[in-house]
Amino acid sequence: MKLLTHNILTSKCLKGVTVGYPLGIVCHTQAKEVKVNEVEFNPEFISRMIQKVDWPALCKAAENLGHSDDLPPAVVDDYENNEEFLKKAHHFLMEIEVINGDLICPETGRKFPVTDGIPNMLANEDEV
Amino acid sequence: MAARHTWKSYLLWCANEHVSFRIPEVEAILAMYKIPHTWIEKPAENPWMLILMPSEDCAVKLMKRSVTVRSIIELWARSTTKEHLDDQLKTLPTEFTSYFKKENTFKVVVDTFNKVTSQEDKVKKIESFSFLPILGTANLKNPSVTYHYYEFFGLDAGRIPENPFDYFFGRWVSNSERSAVEKYSLKTRHFIGNTSMDPKLSMIMANLAQIDDGHIVVDPFVGTGSLLVAAAHFGGYVCGTDIDYLTLHGKMKPSRAHQKKRQPDEDIKGNLKAYNLFSRYLDVFVGDASRPVWRPEFRFDSIITDPPYGIRESTEKVGSKKIAPVPEELASPHFPSKTQYGLGDMYKDLLNFAANNLKVNGRVVFWIPIIRMEYDPDLLPEHPCLETVANSEQILNMHSSRRLITMQKTMEPKEAVDSAIIHDLQYTFRHKLFNTGEIKGRAREDVQAEYLTKRSKRGNGVAKLPCNE
Repeated sequence: MKLLTHNILTSKCLKGVTVGYPLGIVCHTQAKEVKVNEVEFNPEFISRMIQKVDWPALCKAAENLGHSDDLPPAVVDDYENNEEFLKKAHHFLMEIEVINGDLICPETGRKFPVTDGIPNMLANEDEV
Repeated sequence: MAARHTWKSYLLWCANEHVSFRIPEVEAILAMYKIPHTWIEKPAENPWMLILMPSEDCAVKLMKRSVTVRSIIELWARSTTKEHLDDQLKTLPTEFTSYFKKENTFKVVVDTFNKVTSQEDKVKKIESFSFLPILGTANLKNPSVTYHYYEFFGLDAGRIPENPFDYFFGRWVSNSERSAVEKYSLKTRHFIGNTSMDPKLSMIMANLAQIDDGHIVVDPFVGTGSLLVAAAHFGGYVCGTDIDYLTLHGKMKPSRAHQKKRQPDEDIKGNLKAYNLFSRYLDVFVGDASRPVWRPEFRFDSIITDPPYGIRESTEKVGSKKIAPVPEELASPHFPSKTQYGLGDMYKDLLNFAANNLKVNGRVVFWIPIIRMEYDPDLLPEHPCLETVANSEQILNMHSSRRLITMQKTMEPKEAVDSAIIHDLQYTFRHKLFNTGEIKGRAREDVQAEYLTKRSKRGNGVAKLPCNE
């Protein structure tokens, strides 16, 4: 699971959860369960995504994973022309991947497992 | 923009397949690239379209996307008799005759629609144009100019006329994206399932959804991700959800004969890697389309999907008839039980999702199964924020077909309410499909007759079963 995907997921599928955002991330064993893949850099796409993502949620996710050192705490003003910033955003949104871990609902603490990079966002039958 | 009198007529020569998808596809591409144009002819069934456009660049742009068109030519002459066609070619304006200069090597391509023509006859037809004052030499391998000559022998394979109904001659400009589709054939695809979408139809869907470079595309019933392949081909960044854990993890029963076990990398990722589209992959996750998990403010550029109809794939959502709390020791990992997800509810959820999470002017493209005898366009699903822009039929068998519906978001919903309107038509598709054998006597003969004429007229064109490649 990429952090871009994490940025647009909520736990609203659970009955009674109103916001369910942002989801916490816990990895089973830090070193092995987060992977960094090299993904082709597309500055136009990343610029578009910066308008759409919730930056504080991205920072928090990066922090959860212990990868936050390099991530600027806020979006810079002229990000569209700032290649260095776009590349960092690209790295965090597209290249860092959670392979095995849990996503945690901020309201109920319910865990959604991530297995082989695929989150399981199904609620149980008594939770819908 | 060039003055309108300098615009030229371009002829789009189409493939005899997916006929009812042609015009919507071309119109979607024209609108997506904002290509200025004036329609001259757009017949519903005949294999061509005639359109005025300001430049060759527009024609090339259009062909970069289309899979229903074969090629586009700058139309020089068209007629219903050969004599008249020749007359037109004898009085061509200089902007056309300038291609006849000595430095230009050339080739002539002949295509006859609804009639098989031997190479010998094709050569004869080419020789019938020897009156053209072409000064260059022929070069079949790498010509600098290619001329296309088309003859149209009607649509009825049972009654092929002696002489064609229509003749067209022009200068070839570009071939379409059709040949690119070959590499996506399901026969050679790494990961497929029982209901993987035919690659051409997937491309048509991506075109109708106007997917372009850098768009975010989602399929809420992703299955084996066959629609994501087409979306990624056109530059979309793709994600999807499915309720079936085993499908997403590539662990369901193999779909190919003689294959005992799925390979470890047999999944959606594996497909995109094999097609060199992996940089366009975002994520897939296990999710229930009836329980949305997307951040409500997030806007997708397009949604393309083929929901299960309850025939070859079951329609499911999480739920249980008796609500029993899940014991803690089983809660994780736990595979929740699933209940029937009525087709009506499924389309309602889909349209509400589209109305909330698409960008304004973004499109949702989806299939809906139809009992043909009962089809009424007024009974299709509706939403006040979505406008239906295209609706094409693919006939499946005598009784049933599926329709590809394209809707465009016209405005943001006033508040996030579920305002999709579902008419009763789909609720009972499954029941009706399995009971239509009960239509007896006259009604049955009528249905049969109509189905058979459509088939023979078109060969396998319209009436191809899905996923039988």
